[in-house]
Amino acid sequence: MFIELGHAALILAFLVSLLQTVVPLVGAHRGWAQWMAAGSAAATTQFLLVFFSFAALTYAFVTSDFSVRLVVANSHTLKPMLYKVSGVWGNHEGSMLLWVLILAGFGACAVWFGNNLPDRLRARVLAVQGAIGAGFYAFILFTSNPFERVSAPPFDGNDLNPLLQDPGLAFHPPFLYLGYVGLSMAFSFAVAALIEGRVDAAWGRWVRPWTLAAWIFLTIGIALGSWWAYYELGWGGFWFWDPVENASFMPWLIAAALLHSAIVVEKRESLKAWTILLAIMAFGFSLIGTFIVRSGVITSVHAFANDPERGVFILMLLALYMGGALTLFAARANVMVSKGVFGMVSRESALVLNNILLAVSCFVVFVGTIWPLVAELFFDRKLSVGPPFFNLAFSPFVILIALLLPIGTLLPWKRAKVARALKPLRGWFLLAAAIMALVWAMQTERTALAPIGAFLGSWVILGAGVDLWQRTGNAKQGAAARRKRLLRLPRADWGRAVAHSGFGITILGVSFLMAWELEDIRVAHLGESFEVGGYDITLASVREGQGPNYSNILAEIDVAKNGKPVATLYPEKRIYPVQAMPTTEAAIDNGFTRDVYVVIGDPQENNGWVVRTYIKPFANWIWAGAIIMSLGGGLSLSDRRYRVAAPGRRHRAPANATPGPAE
Amino acid sequence: MKYLLTLFALVLGLGLAAPTATLAVEPDEILADPALEERARELSKDLRCLVCRNENIDESNADLARDLRIFLRERLTAGDSDDEAIEAIVSRYGEYVLLNPKVTGSSLMLWLAGPVALICALGIGFTYVRGRSGRDGKATETQQKPLSDEEQARLDEILKS
Repeated sequence: MFIELGHAALILAFLVSLLQTVVPLVGAHRGWAQWMAAGSAAATTQFLLVFFSFAALTYAFVTSDFSVRLVVANSHTLKPMLYKVSGVWGNHEGSMLLWVLILAGFGACAVWFGNNLPDRLRARVLAVQGAIGAGFYAFILFTSNPFERVSAPPFDGNDLNPLLQDPGLAFHPPFLYLGYVGLSMAFSFAVAALIEGRVDAAWGRWVRPWTLAAWIFLTIGIALGSWWAYYELGWGGFWFWDPVENASFMPWLIAAALLHSAIVVEKRESLKAWTILLAIMAFGFSLIGTFIVRSGVITSVHAFANDPERGVFILMLLALYMGGALTLFAARANVMVSKGVFGMVSRESALVLNNILLAVSCFVVFVGTIWPLVAELFFDRKLSVGPPFFNLAFSPFVILIALLLPIGTLLPWKRAKVARALKPLRGWFLLAAAIMALVWAMQTERTALAPIGAFLGSWVILGAGVDLWQRTGNAKQGAAARRKRLLRLPRADWGRAVAHSGFGITILGVSFLMAWELEDIRVAHLGESFEVGGYDITLASVREGQGPNYSNILAEIDVAKNGKPVATLYPEKRIYPVQAMPTTEAAIDNGFTRDVYVVIGDPQENNGWVVRTYIKPFANWIWAGAIIMSLGGGLSLSDRRYRVAAPGRRHRAPANATPGPAE
Repeated sequence: MKYLLTLFALVLGLGLAAPTATLAVEPDEILADPALEERARELSKDLRCLVCRNENIDESNADLARDLRIFLRERLTAGDSDDEAIEAIVSRYGEYVLLNPKVTGSSLMLWLAGPVALICALGIGFTYVRGRSGRDGKATETQQKPLSDEEQARLDEILKS
């Protein structure tokens, strides 16, 4: 019964989203306040309906209602509660329901937190959100209905894939979708501004918090996925340049570019057309990612043929939204004329360079991702594009961005002198170079990767510190006064410095890990010790055990250094009987400068076991850097200038009847 | 890698054969000569496991990947250079096996796409910035309809912080 109500709520939400598309749009065009207000009511109603629908599906999973096809396919009574809940989005249909739930949630947030927006703009934003929602409701209802029943309910379900039964993975998709779908807000603001025919500084300020929020979620989502891959894969890889990974990375790069260019629109009324284009493309890449992932067209041309209906549907939505937005963009090119004037060397041009590097690096990832398809379709060549290509083609962009970033943040707006901007950085540049030399001297293997990474990472981090310090005033004002002022700097300044240093930390982590990783594969006998990278590893015991819904083989491995015990690790091999699927659970001793990572393999003769041991230097810095980046984003988001307009509303209430803008 | 792909395949309802728990290079495959083994490891990272979705043979646990690893080691032990060993595998399985696509023919476009796009973008960016830095201030003129007093007042209020 509950399930049918959930289905009905979803159909109602579809109808409401259609209303939400049309009514506020007409209202905004004609200046009818009530029609515009109807958009807000529709957005809230739509959210409540989808929320109910999602709750109904969750209820079916939690109570293991095996009359629902999706629950049968993805759940089991013995599964721990956390994974019963995360099983809701651990499949195509349920994850699409989460997708529209988040979409409706963002729409409702625009109503709840969008008090500072002019009524017309808000009405149009909601209309565009409604249009996106309508497309995806139709997609779910016509091709991927999660509420389908089975005629003969089985006694128990097929269980969720064991690899998905992991805390990191339980929260990975929601964060990723918050990011993907959050970019729809930037898209809606861009389309609304184009319909309205006005892009100004205020628009730049309004669109930025939404983009920032989406980018923060996307950063966390990607970091969670990468971290999961690190500990679950069994050999500690953290990034694979896989099409599905690239699908999440491309919108991230474009969103990062958009964050920076929106500042130029806000502060200097320049780069308008480009910023609008980025806002459209950021969501466009989200949709492309959805298409790549759902249709399977990139990973295998044949998978597309297996389920053409879904792939074609998403392709049509992609063509509709992107085609519509870009046509509108072309038609309105005349309203996006820049105002601000700035010199060749200035903060503006530094941000233009930032945007070029981010956008082109995204283009490189895009070309590499679709190339196998292009080569097969047009050149009849069946080839692969893997990590070696991406590492080589993408790294130069990271190096250029890291090199230029500290200089760019110190350039003043409008007009600057390079020599003057470089002056406070000179000493720190030398320090970063000294760190590079030190790393070069210290390492035993002469690879350039670690020293270059050490230089770039410390240069970016030191540069972020200098950036913050320069904001406090000049040398004449005394260090004590400047220190005091440091804490009172706007949160946006702190956010920028924190996010940039997070980027530097990730560079350090990636380059040190890739340069200095140690690996040891051997047959170890019980009680026998061996040495890996200065650590003495002893296989103490191996025993069999039983988990809630799996059986396992649990090894006990002692790690010691210089005779002192460091850690006892328990790597596992699990077998999930329902899906007859084994998994490897690596055991990791996390450290500030290194992880000791052990995996137990198959039994061998004479009580021997295959043991893989890895020393992973600075591994945690990779994800710590990502988390610090998103913290920086959060600081920037909490800056008071995004909240100032709320109290200002009192004053403007009578001015609501402002006549329509240029159209 | 197979795990990751399985995960995504499952999330997406694509369905994929379940992986096994044994992993990658087994102790019995490792060559006695560390230098030779090191070369084999490096080369395997650039070779695709053909029955997997997007995995190199060094990480893969598929039987075919194991056969390829052993074949590669045999070639290296027999005295092949890196290129000769790779060529021997490509001649059997086609260029699909190369994770690092060759810089020949139509794939030249793939390799040049990034540098060419960067040069074009820098050119466009340079032209734009030069236009903005308008010596005579021409760029300040806008074809945009100026804001009404009311709109300007509202804008000032919003931008005041």
